[in-house]
Amino acid sequence: MKLRPQNLVFGGALVVLMMFTLFPFYWAIVASLTPEAALFRDPSLWPTHIIFDHYRALFDERDFITPIRNSLIVAGTTTFFCLIVGTLAAYALARLEFRGKAAIMAFILAVTMFPQISIVSPLYLLLRALHLIDTYPGLIMPYMTFAMPLTVWVLTGSIRQIPKDLEEAAHVDGASRRQSFTKILLPLAVPSLATTGILTFIYCWNEFLFALSFTLGPERQTVPVAIALFRGQYQVPWGQILAAAVVATAPVAVMVLVFQRRIVQGLTAGAVKG
Amino acid sequence: MRKISRLGSEARLGWALVSPALGVIALIAIFPLGWTFWESLHLHELRMPWLGQPFVGLANYAEIAKDPRFWAALGHTVFFTVVSISLELLIGLFLALAMNRVFRGRGFVRAAVLVPWAIPTVVAALLWRFIFESQGGIANALLVDAGILSQPMVWFIETATAWVPVILADVWKTTPFVALLLLAGLQNIDLTLYEAAAVDGANAWWQLRHITLPLLKPAILVTLIFRTLDGFRVFDLIYVLTGGGPGTSTEPVALYTFNALLQNLRFGYGSALSVVIFAITFGLALLYVKGLGVRLGGDEA
Repeated sequence: MKLRPQNLVFGGALVVLMMFTLFPFYWAIVASLTPEAALFRDPSLWPTHIIFDHYRALFDERDFITPIRNSLIVAGTTTFFCLIVGTLAAYALARLEFRGKAAIMAFILAVTMFPQISIVSPLYLLLRALHLIDTYPGLIMPYMTFAMPLTVWVLTGSIRQIPKDLEEAAHVDGASRRQSFTKILLPLAVPSLATTGILTFIYCWNEFLFALSFTLGPERQTVPVAIALFRGQYQVPWGQILAAAVVATAPVAVMVLVFQRRIVQGLTAGAVKG
Repeated sequence: MRKISRLGSEARLGWALVSPALGVIALIAIFPLGWTFWESLHLHELRMPWLGQPFVGLANYAEIAKDPRFWAALGHTVFFTVVSISLELLIGLFLALAMNRVFRGRGFVRAAVLVPWAIPTVVAALLWRFIFESQGGIANALLVDAGILSQPMVWFIETATAWVPVILADVWKTTPFVALLLLAGLQNIDLTLYEAAAVDGANAWWQLRHITLPLLKPAILVTLIFRTLDGFRVFDLIYVLTGGGPGTSTEPVALYTFNALLQNLRFGYGSALSVVIFAITFGLALLYVKGLGVRLGGDEA
């Protein structure tokens, strides 16, 4: 790379942007390891006296394990169902020719743009009537609404990018459609399924409005709700909140860092076409 | 003849495979939407069950039209959407242009900007709330040290200053997504166009204005649609950062609706608010798609 003034400007500005991006994480980690007293007396950019008390309190006193378990169950189950139903739909949309396909794609995209708040009232009344408020199914069902369109959309985009040659060759050799789907496409689509699964999972892991509306207490609260409603006896327990933030962010951050290339491909495959 | 029947069976299989997904979406999205509309035509106060659920026609909508808190909330939503999206498009475009150049550490930059996008909005909001805390917040400490502020500021007590962390947090969280969508668009541009322009002696600014931006228009429009609709449903961020305060001066429409429904248990009125939000979002989407000529069919073109 030649060192041109333009590149220096870009490079310098990128460094500033990177600092802006990473600073809140850095600061949360430092603060979660600092005693509360030191945090409020004189905030220092460097960790001076590292302690793990906030993390200990998080799990011993606050039982932060419960929201983590709730989130894993709800997000995991939703992802599982969405992948099964979504794969069938995505296969049809990516590989079969039939009338109304474009309309279905448009419809699915339209649903992703739905404001969640516009269905909170009937879902609340429905779940109340079915005695599903504050239960796992009471969260998983609504989660399927916004996760399903995402799953279908991303999966269709990435299956389209798998070359058709092998399936066509198998077809010529007399393989049935079912065989070419299960024996050829499905193995090739494993990475697409993994990416879509990760995106769907992250989406459900982060969801807040439904989880806030359809749970009543700490028993069934998910991680975002538990963190948002953290209260101390006398003051905001910032040390513990930040420790919880670090714990809630870590799995997502690791997944993103490991799969960043695939995630970017999956996200942009369906999104920008025009 | 055989071709037609093969196509017929393909269509049947296609619809059969798609129908479970469509069924799920219809059952838990479209059907409730109809129900929301039905609720919005009724008086339904869960706090006052003895009132029953009488049909009131458009009375709830008439109340919305005269409700100053709704109009204020709409104003806050528009303000938030316009300001944050403008910043995100500008910074995102810059970031995309920078990432599109071959430079060392590109993978690192891409991974680093993805993380804020992927974490829960609630967590992002809390991180920025902590940075802007009046007691011991690092923003105050840094600004006082730099001599910009003479004394620590209480950010969340005035409307104007409460918006600062809200907008910053949104820009911080969503610019990566904008940059990635724009980057995908940039990578579709034929590089020979730039080479030809360079041969003709066109400078970088000319290339940006006459090649990059026009060819990037579809990607910019798609981004604009996604982000406007996101901006209109903003909830988590403001719920955690300001709670709509001070007072209700940063309350967006989604938060007002949530309060009407689950704080005040006014299901008829809250549902009418929901329908209004849906109508606005739907109208905006239509406006973009029709008016700006964006194709969203997503079919191979």
